Amino acid sequence: MTTATSTARTTGANSPLAAVLRTETRLFLREPGSLFWILAFPTVLLTILGLIPSFREDDAALGGRSVIDLYVPVAVLLGMIMAGLQAMPPVLTGYRERGILRRMSATPVRPSALLTAQIALHGAASVGSALLAMAVGRMAFGVRLPGQPVGYLLALLLAVACVLALGATICALSRTTKASAAVGSVAYLVMMFTAGVWVPVQTMPGLLRRIVEATPFGAASQALDQAASGNWPDWAHLLVMAVWTAALGAAATRLFRWE
Amino acid sequence: MPIIEVDGVRKAYAGRVAVDGVGFSVEEGEIFGILGPNGAGKTTTVECVEGLRIPDAGTVRVAGLDPATDRDRVTLLLGAQLQESELQPKLTVGEALRLYSAFYPHPADWRSLAERLGLDSHLDRRFAKLSGGQKQRLFIALALIGNPRVVVLDELTTGLDPRARRDTWQLIEEIRDSGVTVLLVTHFMEEAQRLCDRVAVIDKGRLVALDTPAGLIDRTAGSTVISFTPSEPLPAAELAGLPGAASVSVAESDGRVLVHGTDDTANAVISLLARHRVTARHLRVLETSLDDAFLDLTEQDART
Repeated sequence: MTTATSTARTTGANSPLAAVLRTETRLFLREPGSLFWILAFPTVLLTILGLIPSFREDDAALGGRSVIDLYVPVAVLLGMIMAGLQAMPPVLTGYRERGILRRMSATPVRPSALLTAQIALHGAASVGSALLAMAVGRMAFGVRLPGQPVGYLLALLLAVACVLALGATICALSRTTKASAAVGSVAYLVMMFTAGVWVPVQTMPGLLRRIVEATPFGAASQALDQAASGNWPDWAHLLVMAVWTAALGAAATRLFRWE
Repeated sequence: MPIIEVDGVRKAYAGRVAVDGVGFSVEEGEIFGILGPNGAGKTTTVECVEGLRIPDAGTVRVAGLDPATDRDRVTLLLGAQLQESELQPKLTVGEALRLYSAFYPHPADWRSLAERLGLDSHLDRRFAKLSGGQKQRLFIALALIGNPRVVVLDELTTGLDPRARRDTWQLIEEIRDSGVTVLLVTHFMEEAQRLCDRVAVIDKGRLVALDTPAGLIDRTAGSTVISFTPSEPLPAAELAGLPGAASVSVAESDGRVLVHGTDDTANAVISLLARHRVTARHLRVLETSLDDAFLDLTEQDART
């Protein structure tokens, strides 16, 4: 009877996992800083750039596209980087450091439920941020919606998975919240560069671009750009992201300390 | 059948032995204390009971189940308040209670639990804004929310002011009265003396005594302390010859006499005073506290 009851309760609206997700969603919405940097900041940056007239003009050097066309995928990646590398690592390490995970391991629910909920919420916020940037790009600056929506969505989801795996690896490697914030910031700057926040990947010189394309966000930037222009993204770019995600995910799972 | 059985448990961290062959059993319905100085291995011992640590050797059973291998079932019948654990800073009291009650198939009614623990007026307050006493009451509530048969309370009153500590003691007695067995870890003798039916004294990872608080006190040499200032000096030989006297000292300044002995010694002092027609000013007869018994036990251990 006990088994039947507990099985029945692992699914449905009142299951422990649903309760954890509901509670963590509420807590996530109580972090105005994270919400701003993940959801609003990339679109704000896009808007500021879009207000510069020359950035809206088509440029022959960019293959007949405008700077703002190239910046929509950058804004999309920026939201993910904010979520996975800036916002998430301190939350997860804080849960460990404060003994919140430990308290939960003394209940019938495994503490991994808390981590999974937080990772899922940061992933969902990244996707929300991406949709917002694309909508504003379309409505305010006439940036075309992705010509190859399926390819775009695939590249987007792979990039989200990759950044979450990287954020989780940072948590696994850092003993303290401070350390994870510091490591997260370094990774964040590197990822911002490879995602093309300062110089769009598409305009980088040959060798540098090759190197950047081997990083998760360099590959993501290229794949999103290709799908935005209506082509199926290169399998090589998708493969780079998939390999990074698998490797980082395995590292995070193996190295994570529960205490 | 005992609800908790611990036998020959040993646990080392990186070569340092934290618990070395500790064993005891807890009967259903008692408040069982684990007493010892800081770093004695108390927390490690109860963490093995809670299933949070797996002992290197020895066996642990909670209602016949092994917490290391049957953790899911043990967590359903054992509620825990952990030392140094927190909740999400922005989680409110009400949310915490609702969340934790969703973890158990047959939870207690969290509203009446909140009322019983005086948390009902703070349901919307965030964890980070709670006082030390409120946090501890919330952790007691979370330990009780799954309707457990046993609760483990680890250093529950450390850091509380004397008033909050006394209120907490009252709560622990109420928990026992409601039929839940309590395993209480503490380094406060007064707490153990007031609450516990039996006490295991742990020092440097070993069990050094297991008895009722009164039993532990009785073991101490000179458990009754008699002190007085006689109106005239008493013969030293007669003082030293008092039945049961463990030690006698007379202060040179004011002639105040201090005798460590037993109940018999106290009676003998009174008849000695009467025989010599000496009056005693500031006569005090005190029982040693569990404090003294504890120091006595742990010092014996340090000497061996």
